Amino acid sequence: MSFQIPKNQYSGTISTVTLGDNKSGIPVGGDKALPFYNFEGEIPNKPIIAMEVYDSKPEKWPEYLEKYFKDVFDDPVKWAKKCVNDYGAEAICLQLKSINPDSGDMSPDKAAEIVKKVREAVDKPIIVYGDGPMEKISDVMKKVSEVNQDSNILIGWIEEDHYKTVAAACMGYNNNVISVNSMDVNIAKQLNILLTQLGLPPERIVMDPSTASIGYGIEYCYSSMERLKIAALLQDDKMTQMPLIVNLAPQVWKVKEAKESEEDYPEWGNLEQRGINWESISAMSTLISGTNIVVMRHPKAIELINKMINKLLG
Amino acid sequence: MALSGLEIFKKLPKTNCKDCGFPTCLAFAMQLAAGKVELDKCPHVSEEAKSELEEASQPPILKVEIGNGDDAFVVGEENVLFRHDRTFVNQNAFAVNIDDSLSDGEIEKVIKKVNETEYERVGQILKVDAICINNKSKDAGKFKDIVKKVSSLTLKPLVLMSGDLQVLGDLAGELKDKKPLLHAATKENMDDFIKISKDTGCPIVVRGETFEDILSLTEKIRENGIKNAVIDIGKRDLKEDFFNQIILRTAAIKKKNRLFGYPTIVFPNEMAEDSLTEALIASIFVSKYGSIIVLSNAEAENIYPLLVYRQNIYTDPRQPMQVEQKIYEIGNPDENSPVLITTNFSLTYFIISGEIENSRVPCWLLVMDVEGQSVLTAWAAGKFIPELIAQYIKKSGIEEKVKTRKLIIPGYVAQLQGELEDELEEGWSIIVGPREAGEVPKFLKEYVS
Repeated sequence: MSFQIPKNQYSGTISTVTLGDNKSGIPVGGDKALPFYNFEGEIPNKPIIAMEVYDSKPEKWPEYLEKYFKDVFDDPVKWAKKCVNDYGAEAICLQLKSINPDSGDMSPDKAAEIVKKVREAVDKPIIVYGDGPMEKISDVMKKVSEVNQDSNILIGWIEEDHYKTVAAACMGYNNNVISVNSMDVNIAKQLNILLTQLGLPPERIVMDPSTASIGYGIEYCYSSMERLKIAALLQDDKMTQMPLIVNLAPQVWKVKEAKESEEDYPEWGNLEQRGINWESISAMSTLISGTNIVVMRHPKAIELINKMINKLLG
Repeated sequence: MALSGLEIFKKLPKTNCKDCGFPTCLAFAMQLAAGKVELDKCPHVSEEAKSELEEASQPPILKVEIGNGDDAFVVGEENVLFRHDRTFVNQNAFAVNIDDSLSDGEIEKVIKKVNETEYERVGQILKVDAICINNKSKDAGKFKDIVKKVSSLTLKPLVLMSGDLQVLGDLAGELKDKKPLLHAATKENMDDFIKISKDTGCPIVVRGETFEDILSLTEKIRENGIKNAVIDIGKRDLKEDFFNQIILRTAAIKKKNRLFGYPTIVFPNEMAEDSLTEALIASIFVSKYGSIIVLSNAEAENIYPLLVYRQNIYTDPRQPMQVEQKIYEIGNPDENSPVLITTNFSLTYFIISGEIENSRVPCWLLVMDVEGQSVLTAWAAGKFIPELIAQYIKKSGIEEKVKTRKLIIPGYVAQLQGELEDELEEGWSIIVGPREAGEVPKFLKEYVS
């Protein structure tokens, strides 16, 4: 008995965004099929994992996680190098926590300088996420773009009510921008329309639909990304065709299931394995539902996810 | 695959005899399509039309029940490829595998773990669903002994895997009241397997490496009127089995191919060298269409994240997840700790409670039942309004737990402040908290200092 394999007919393509400059540049996106459905259409670029680097010593990391990075906590440059050299990071995600007025209020100049130093130290694409009120993030990211001109860094972020300053700075200095929405497909589209109207080419936009870890609302993120990918690929909706990024690690590593000891919660089992599972299962879920870039922390979880990506797309 | 009224009408006698109680056959067909009457109301419908109509009313993926009693579980009955299209219906089952080559002591340990694994999360109980026993030893006597032993130690449904048809048949006969799932019918043993299934009523797995294999098997079981079957396809390779699961589900739902319209069983325990990889592979099949997922172990650090993830994926997107209305104690609060209130939308609760934990400030968090809506939605719908909040505060019992009479409300409903103060008993004052959860730690630290 013969059987005709059913196949989706794709009419749209995810746009391709180049991250990084001449020496570090890699293409992201370009998918012509649903995530990992490479038996239906070409997925030219594998999704990438960006490893986190913080601009100051992070607080409250569990010991089993801290041990991998403790020696480089004081220096983002060393930290980024360690990610690349020891753990094979494909991209670095600088989490600029210290710009938040509540945790350091670092100046835009200083923050931009850190981004520059890290960028010059590693041959990998740089992603930057701010923290705190939008006004401060906008001030900092404007400077970050200016100081890192023509380097195709990916700058986070802009929102519906705060997009002009940073979008203009990305356009003017040739960098890419992250457009954030709260798991809302319509707002994602609306924001992309505003950005393209401003003159920002679609190839400079990456969408962040906001995320959560398993057990904390990941299903909302899952369905919102699936809907975006279906609209982009099967309905050829141009304003949903930007690649996706999820800043996952901070969401995973703040939940108690990833931090509390086996002594306090014996029914949850071994802490380190549990924490790795919490991050890897969360990351896999975001990849299966459509992200092109996932920001992660634990080296073992990253290794596992890379293994899965290579297996499924290999 | 629901039929329209007109499609049903074509299969009716079209005599307008009114014996069904409706004026015309068409009117009856419309009521049938709407699911408001049963086909039995028509005494004249032909047997052929009856079976066609009954089949058409079945979901594209058949329902299969495994086990009996309170621990039985149901898989299948799925209608959509993407959960946002409606919802996934029956959550996948997790089965923990035991090889019959293990010692009695090891087996007892695993069974105990499986039996005891139970978590409460967002008002639901999360459990392991089944135990799979694999006749690895190829020793029929040993397999029998171990299956009986396991069966005496647990009420969980069993999956029995053996290449020895004789022993499977014997066990199915002995344990038929427990409805174990029998693995596996293949091209070679199909006819004998059908006999076992018919004699015992036990659900069966059909096993083949290719789609063609499966088609030839499911066609046979359909001819024989067997409905409680599960598909096992592939070579235990992640990439290939991921593809297989997607194709089976797509063919069943989009192409309405009845021969693929059965739940599936997948074996991450045979695809991974270590338990972290295994858990990750299992999670892929939670997302993409595995109905019964077999694991090598029930260690909490692996099973708990998987149970939580399954709960997430199988949540009905049309129904907000709700947490229980009650006073949540975060970080051992005392009679002077801050009191906050929010709504019982699970995401709201998780985010707020998480940020309170991060603040390290012990708090009382009042969670009010507004049918699972977020703060602003509930306010707009008239469910999170001063009068109702005041009623809840009074009956919640918080006044006996704390000396303070200050209540922190979400920043988005700052406008409630005055009216809520009026509604509450003397002595209460209302503090407006931040609008965003992320600002809660800073707010609380300043509030208590």
